[in-house]
Amino acid sequence: MALVEVRDLTKTYQRDSQVIPVLESLRLDVEKGEFMALMGPSGSGKSTLLNLLAGLDTPSSGSIRVDGDEVSAMKPKQLAAWRARHVGFIFQLYNLLPVLTAFQNVELPLLLTRLSKGERREHVLTALNVVGLGDRVDHYPRQLSGGQEQRVGIARAIVSDPMLILADEPTGDLDATSAGEILTLLQRLNKEYGKTIVMVTHDPHAAERADRVMHLEKGVLTQ
Amino acid sequence: MKFARLIWANLTRNKRRTILTILSVAVALFLFATLRSVLTTLDAAVKVGSETRLITRNAISLVFPLPQSYTERLRAVDGVEGVSWANWFGGVYRDPQDFFASFAVDADTYFALYPEMQVPPDEMRAFMGERTAAMVGGDLMKRYGWKVGDSVTLRGTIFPGDWPFTIRAVYHPTTPYIDESSFLFHWDYLYERSERQADPGWYVLKLSNPDLAPTVAEKIDDMFRNSSAATKTSTERAFQASFIGMYGNIGFFLGAIGLAVFFAILLVAANTMMMAARERTTEYAVLKALGYGDKLLFGFVLAEAALVTLVGGALGVFGAKLFFGSTTFLDAFFPGFGVTWPTIALGLAIAVAIGLLAGLIPALRAARLPVVQALRQVA
Repeated sequence: MALVEVRDLTKTYQRDSQVIPVLESLRLDVEKGEFMALMGPSGSGKSTLLNLLAGLDTPSSGSIRVDGDEVSAMKPKQLAAWRARHVGFIFQLYNLLPVLTAFQNVELPLLLTRLSKGERREHVLTALNVVGLGDRVDHYPRQLSGGQEQRVGIARAIVSDPMLILADEPTGDLDATSAGEILTLLQRLNKEYGKTIVMVTHDPHAAERADRVMHLEKGVLTQ
Repeated sequence: MKFARLIWANLTRNKRRTILTILSVAVALFLFATLRSVLTTLDAAVKVGSETRLITRNAISLVFPLPQSYTERLRAVDGVEGVSWANWFGGVYRDPQDFFASFAVDADTYFALYPEMQVPPDEMRAFMGERTAAMVGGDLMKRYGWKVGDSVTLRGTIFPGDWPFTIRAVYHPTTPYIDESSFLFHWDYLYERSERQADPGWYVLKLSNPDLAPTVAEKIDDMFRNSSAATKTSTERAFQASFIGMYGNIGFFLGAIGLAVFFAILLVAANTMMMAARERTTEYAVLKALGYGDKLLFGFVLAEAALVTLVGGALGVFGAKLFFGSTTFLDAFFPGFGVTWPTIALGLAIAVAIGLLAGLIPALRAARLPVVQALRQVA
């Protein structure tokens, strides 16, 4: 059984009296431990699909199952709790809280758990060491480079040990060198730590790092 | 508690704005504490007026005296246990700014009617034995650094000339609302030096039973109705209230100012919270994406708003307590003036209420934020 099973997924948006279809009868399986890249032109519905997989948005029809949980049927409160436990999200613009240090930013998902302060500290330091920022724990985002900020973002995504990592153009705001480092890090998370990753990207070079590349065009998914 | 750091960090995001908001709330709550303390002090002064003592004054106005000859007639009224009298002296010490209440009292009878004024027996003996002796409240002694035995000269405004006194006794009231900054001296001294021109300003009557107050008061006023100086008799409490009545509807006036300040500061705080929350729309969306629930975000925003106003409120009300506790300049107008603990508690509650009200709309917005739309704005 695939980790992520998407069946007949349709998403439409209503603008005034007009119904705009974004995704149409989509079917997708993502295996456990797979690194999948999702490509497509702007407005093709990539981010919408990612948001639906993360439980940030609700489908118009169809079903999304992640590790057996029917995500599409969950209520907002259940979705928030489910996200906190099972999903790590990496943003294009890192989205770190500027008033918190790298350590505190990475700790954010763990504040929702019952872990003690000491356990939280241990997990945060492990995550920061995995992304190579063990020596930047007390740095604020403004004191870090773009690549380092994104690494903190990745540490935040993996700190609660989620089964699924969703990355929305994680290299879109980085120079080629930093982008390469981030992609290498994602590959490492996939190969060494067995993380299942779905990455939205415009960049064919980034997509090459994935095990499988899917294309989304006009709401339809193709290999 | 683990979220406290997140709330605190948000407060330090824009330090200048946070400090200005705190200061504006502090100033408003300082004003609130001051205004309310005026009311509580006046209210307490009215309440402390005894129901067992009656005050008989001239029916036309307190400014006009009553004949000395009324003493025995008042003493003869059924239900009256003791009679004394006093007169407003209106003396000035050094210059007009050094104003305090000064009274000539009939020493032989006055203190028996005021057991709340405690005087050491040896000082009382010294006071009683000297015609120019003065008895001074503890607060007034402190204000001018006087000691027992000091000579003090007052300049009369109603009774002209320099009036030398020697301080022989210090009184301390057992209740905080009896003026502890008055200057009392012998009626006989006033009477003799004014060439027997002085008359009692008012009479104080002690009743055998407080229930008799309305009938005794009516009987006295009836007795003098057709005389050269008609009287108006009321309980001491009503007498005190009539003083306060001279200010007009002070409660309504101060209440209106307080309410206006409350709404002004509520709007200031609400505007600040809205701005702060709007700037953080992205962060709320990110927190939601990380799994933070709507209620948690609602709580964060409210807690942050309430914390800002609580800190400001605490600065304001405790500042007022410290300020008025360390100065005596209002004592001449409001004896016993001070910020009470109930006022502080009410001030802090108002500060929190301002915070919660100001934070309500931004908190609701944060909780209801459509996360996908907010994240799309970021991207």
